[in-house]
Amino acid sequence: MRALLLFLAWLAAANLAHADTLAVVNAHIYTMGKAGEIKNGTIVVANGRITAVGTNVAVPKNARIIDAKGAPVTPGIFVAGTNLGSVEVDLETSANDGATSSATISAAFDVAHGIDPNATTLPRARAGGVTHALVTPGYAGGDGRELLFAGRAALVALDASRPPVVRARAAMMLELGEGGAARAGGARGSSIEALKADLDDVRWYARNRGRYNTGASRELRLSNADLAALLPVVQKRMPLIVRVHRAADITAILAFAKQQGLRIVLSGAEEGWMVAREIAAARVPVILGANDNLPGSFETLGATMENAARLHAAGVTIAFSNGEDGHRIREVRYDAGNAVAQGLPYGAALAAITINPARIFGMAGTAGSLERGKQANLVVWSGDPLEPMTQAQTVIIAGREQPLTSRAEDLARRYKDLTGPLPQAYKQ
Amino acid sequence: MKRLLALTVCALVLSACATAPEPAAGKVDPKNPFPSTYLALPGQPTALVGATILTGTGDKIENGTVLFKDGKVEAVGAGLAVPAGYATVDAKGKWITPGIIDVHSHLGVYASPGVTAHSDGNEATDPNTAEVWAEHSVWPQDEGFNSARRGGVTTLQILPGSANLFGGRSVTLKNVPARTMQAMKFPGAPYGLKMACGENPKRVYGGKQRAPSTRMGNVAGYRAAWIKADQYAKKLKAAEKGDGAPPDRDLELETLAGVLNGEILVQNHCYRADEMAIMIDIAKEFGYKITAFHHASEAYKIADMLAKQGICSATWAGWWGFKLEAYDGIEENAALLEKAGACVVIHSDDANLTQRLNQESAAAIAAGRRLGIDIPEATAIKWITANAAKMLGIADKTGTLEAGKMADVVIWSANPFSVYAKAERVYVDGGLAYDRADPKRQPKSDFMLGQPEGGN
Repeated sequence: MRALLLFLAWLAAANLAHADTLAVVNAHIYTMGKAGEIKNGTIVVANGRITAVGTNVAVPKNARIIDAKGAPVTPGIFVAGTNLGSVEVDLETSANDGATSSATISAAFDVAHGIDPNATTLPRARAGGVTHALVTPGYAGGDGRELLFAGRAALVALDASRPPVVRARAAMMLELGEGGAARAGGARGSSIEALKADLDDVRWYARNRGRYNTGASRELRLSNADLAALLPVVQKRMPLIVRVHRAADITAILAFAKQQGLRIVLSGAEEGWMVAREIAAARVPVILGANDNLPGSFETLGATMENAARLHAAGVTIAFSNGEDGHRIREVRYDAGNAVAQGLPYGAALAAITINPARIFGMAGTAGSLERGKQANLVVWSGDPLEPMTQAQTVIIAGREQPLTSRAEDLARRYKDLTGPLPQAYKQ
Repeated sequence: MKRLLALTVCALVLSACATAPEPAAGKVDPKNPFPSTYLALPGQPTALVGATILTGTGDKIENGTVLFKDGKVEAVGAGLAVPAGYATVDAKGKWITPGIIDVHSHLGVYASPGVTAHSDGNEATDPNTAEVWAEHSVWPQDEGFNSARRGGVTTLQILPGSANLFGGRSVTLKNVPARTMQAMKFPGAPYGLKMACGENPKRVYGGKQRAPSTRMGNVAGYRAAWIKADQYAKKLKAAEKGDGAPPDRDLELETLAGVLNGEILVQNHCYRADEMAIMIDIAKEFGYKITAFHHASEAYKIADMLAKQGICSATWAGWWGFKLEAYDGIEENAALLEKAGACVVIHSDDANLTQRLNQESAAAIAAGRRLGIDIPEATAIKWITANAAKMLGIADKTGTLEAGKMADVVIWSANPFSVYAKAERVYVDGGLAYDRADPKRQPKSDFMLGQPEGGN
């Protein structure tokens, strides 16, 4: 509500209409669509949608002009994996809705319920040019909790005038490898068997709802809520994001998914480059951290900053996540820049934070590229969007120009000048 | 090179050299029982020619040359003649900076892989463990040292963790591959004492149903320890003057007394501005100096006070919100401190981020510009070089490219504040420690032998 009020106040101050007609002119446009890169183009936005993109574009008379002055314009940054909005303060359980340690809710955990529209992370992300994200649940402690699934992820758009969640239950999260093993008795040999047993149970449950409801059920490991939540996964209607790191674990889950008929997306995959051709052949996309190069565990000994470049070269669709740190989500574009420095083509790096995640999660009709007929989600940058020195100048989401204020900026302004007769608290 | 180092051993090895004579051969110096055995990598007289140089002194030199010989910088400037016999490196189009210094690292004490067996950074068994020394936990085979060097890092302060009010001594290392910690130990660097404010100590010990469980408990803990240390230091001093017997050796009190004597630098983990102000008063009460606040998320709120006190703030650009005391962390912190004339350092506290301190600084510059504070690149580079050296008490030795300083030098492929810049060559004391173009100069830890060859 506070964000909405702020936005309305800002709208009034800026004297802008809601369904503005806008024209971004003199723009170096990275369309991320068929038109590719347009060196000096115009984007026209009306009723929330892009009505024209190109060099010879008529600008409507009523359009408000945003002059990019030759600066890059890209689709809004789309981050495939973050805890943005669900975690205000990591270490405060009361301000952290990113994971559950419930003994009966795992797959059914729906992170969307914990995404706070007034989270201070959202304006900070928006001011950094992030317009869309997949908010993924993590795992909370829970000693001895032997439940494999983290729960259901949600798609958010950061339009300050709308609630952030645009689609709840967009994907199911599961961690295998060391983490999965720890949740299945401590070894890999039991985690994938436990997963198989769970999915078998879900299929039995799907066929025998009547018996289940009358109590004549066979013994099922998962709760009713979890079984129901997993139905769309076994029916291939919901992507299953599998967090996995070691090359052998990747190979194993690819085979398992094929055998089980699951639609999977890999996450993490630090050793993905070692089995890149298998991943490409399976047409499984990979969500990864561009800078994960440390042998931080015995399942990431092959980690390298060239992972993204090598996966892309092998034909794998990649998207960048920011781990689980929604507070630092604006840095994902720098991560993409680092991947470029390590050999990933520039266009592929931009795709990994725009159109690829949109495609992977069924949002390509809305976000991820600048094409006629699509919702207008774009950022005008001060320079190369992958550079830390570059700032988002203008952010447009669903055709609406967004406020770029944040609590952080309020703090910076309050303390910019430490002199004055009254304490800082009087500075608004 | 070996001879040169041997000749200068007193000047280099011990901060206490000025007060204590060099021990005779075979004798152990009680103040330095784990002496540095560091030897520079072999080098040759070298000229790096044609680069844009950020000297770390605030200057930017276009088309400049760096000359170094015998491990020391000889000259830096535009249009310098290259003396005969110097290996010339064409650095046209490249950028050169002093070696990057990370003042807050846990490499070696929380080594990769991060398994239980490598959890050696927090002696979380007592709120005061001033008696432990981080160097005794450092594992030189942590591959993270090599990753850090690929990011241009030539010097690191390895700190104990922040579970305790007094976490123990830090150690400053030269980032060279070595078989032993001693062979990495920065000659002549003073020790630091890690102290921690706020949430961590009270959470760790409050969780164990013992003090401290509150911030006021934290402060009582510091003060009680300093009272004991003060008495110990006074007895030591009196005994030196022949007035009574020295107190029984006590490792904990020796470290605290070292702070009171000015030999050991206080490196104080502290997020909130109001807590920093309390720590400053505690330092006044007991007569010691705080060298730096680490993390210092709210330093910008008291930038004037920190400037006046001459206390450095080591911070990030982008880290905030992971706990409540970091909730007000803002990207503009460094720029606001710089504007107030305070000493700013950008640090990592992270084996991943340490590889990109240049980029973290770039984000901090950008945040400043957004707020209308324009920090030149030539100034910002100090955040990870000269100011960092000052914070570690080694500013007379490294941190800038000036004649006589250690030849700790990085050649970057581009402006180091660009995301595309890569450290192409890293020299430590004039020795080529890393060369991106030469696999023979890309060290790998023992641990990584026979493991998947990820590279980079």
